[in-house]
Amino acid sequence: MKSRHASIALNGIIKRELWRFLRQRERFVAALVRPLVWLFVFAAGFRSTLGIAIIPPYETYILYEVYIAVGLIGMIQLFNGMQSSLSMVYDREMGSMKTLLISPLPRWFLLTGKLMAGAFVSIMQVYTFLLVAWFYDIQAPWLGYLTLLPALILVGLMLGALGMLLSSFIKQLENFAGIMNFVIFPMFFMSTALYPLWKIKESSELLHTLASYNPFSQAVELLRFALYGQFNAYAFVYTLVSFAIFMGVAIWGYNPSKGMMVKKGGGPP
Amino acid sequence: MSQTGGFSLQVEALSYAYDEKRALNNVNFSLQPKDCTILLGPNGAGKTTLFSLITHLYSAREGRVLINGYDVKKQPSLALANLGVVFQQTTLDLDLSVLQNLKYHASLHGMGRKQTVARIQQELERQGMYERRNEQVKLLNGGHRRRVEIARALLHQPSILLLDEPTVGLDMPSRKGIVEHVHSLCKDDNLSVLWATHLFDEAYETDQLVVLHAGEVKANGSVKEVCEQQSANDIAAAFQQLTAKKAS
Repeated sequence: MKSRHASIALNGIIKRELWRFLRQRERFVAALVRPLVWLFVFAAGFRSTLGIAIIPPYETYILYEVYIAVGLIGMIQLFNGMQSSLSMVYDREMGSMKTLLISPLPRWFLLTGKLMAGAFVSIMQVYTFLLVAWFYDIQAPWLGYLTLLPALILVGLMLGALGMLLSSFIKQLENFAGIMNFVIFPMFFMSTALYPLWKIKESSELLHTLASYNPFSQAVELLRFALYGQFNAYAFVYTLVSFAIFMGVAIWGYNPSKGMMVKKGGGPP
Repeated sequence: MSQTGGFSLQVEALSYAYDEKRALNNVNFSLQPKDCTILLGPNGAGKTTLFSLITHLYSAREGRVLINGYDVKKQPSLALANLGVVFQQTTLDLDLSVLQNLKYHASLHGMGRKQTVARIQQELERQGMYERRNEQVKLLNGGHRRRVEIARALLHQPSILLLDEPTVGLDMPSRKGIVEHVHSLCKDDNLSVLWATHLFDEAYETDQLVVLHAGEVKANGSVKEVCEQQSANDIAAAFQQLTAKKAS
């Protein structure tokens, strides 16, 4: 693979995702409205009942909105990852995925490029959300907005890889509704996005264990620390390893001689 | 890279099965430069499966496909670089414009900006679609979408063009236009074409013919040779005899 060819192709894949995104403005609005409703309605309603003690990376008592804002960043990226997965199943059914897969580049590169494009779109959504949140008085240190970027890239890739993995095993678009019920909601609610781990422990030991092993929890913690200019090494390694596993299985799933393709056929009867 | 023997495309002892159902059985044929080969077969003959194997969407455990001497399974990138493909179902992104679709394809083939602009203009003008380059694909009719797909498939100047039933669902004038255009490409552009169809009138007398039925090659040669072998007056009669033999 020549590096010039690879960089032109990567640029093209990201541009296409951007063009699609700009054409589908309602997708952008929906992606923004969802976390804002949670922020303005849900978080405001629970402000008085859910006080947050001083826990790292926060150095003082914080309002519930401040805590949940990072969880909502994770939510944007989680939904975006699943949206990418949905669009891949759609592309496969509609045939446009073929254009990508028959390109003269290694399949792992093409799939990684598609992931990067999806992560790029989710990062734009996140910064728009943070801009609105800024005017709602949820403000992080200036530097935090910069240190957040690498964390957003890694989390975007990890959640995108999870979506890609799922898309490689979903045969039809109709099956996607199951993803909502069995992946997105459990992942989101069983995480530190809405409440810290110690709060979950108070109510259920089992839930606490599940939440602490949930890759989405670690992704949210990575984002939380990064937004306040700090580095959470455990969350970073956990997210990185999760990404590697999801990506490995997704590439295997899209390999024409292994994974999903073989389920359809491949050898002599 | 193996010896090409002057062939653009070689399909050797290719077999493929979906679970218990065998879709292709020991398929052999080859294409030479400038060959326009019609892959004729009824629905369910295995044409689309064959295309999926040539384009490396599927991978066969038995047999091999060589494109300009490169094994699709072992050197997919080198092999696929020589291939232009028009699938049966449109693979254009309907939300994007004609230009955006073509630019995306050019980038996947590593084409630089200047080359992309020049080639897009050249191919779209040839298809009479340059004026409509900024229109969203979903606003184009079936015939125009097909023209854009052919322009896209030729953008990176491949040596082989694969078309999987490209005229399905098109009206007669659009069909005729595409058939004529693709045949002229073999002559003028030094291109090898493999055209899958079940419509006899899409084959010219000068074409090569591969008749595929129930996953097996029933005949392979020039249109004239196949008709002579079957003592038939035309392709339709020869085809009927070849496919009837299997059924009996």
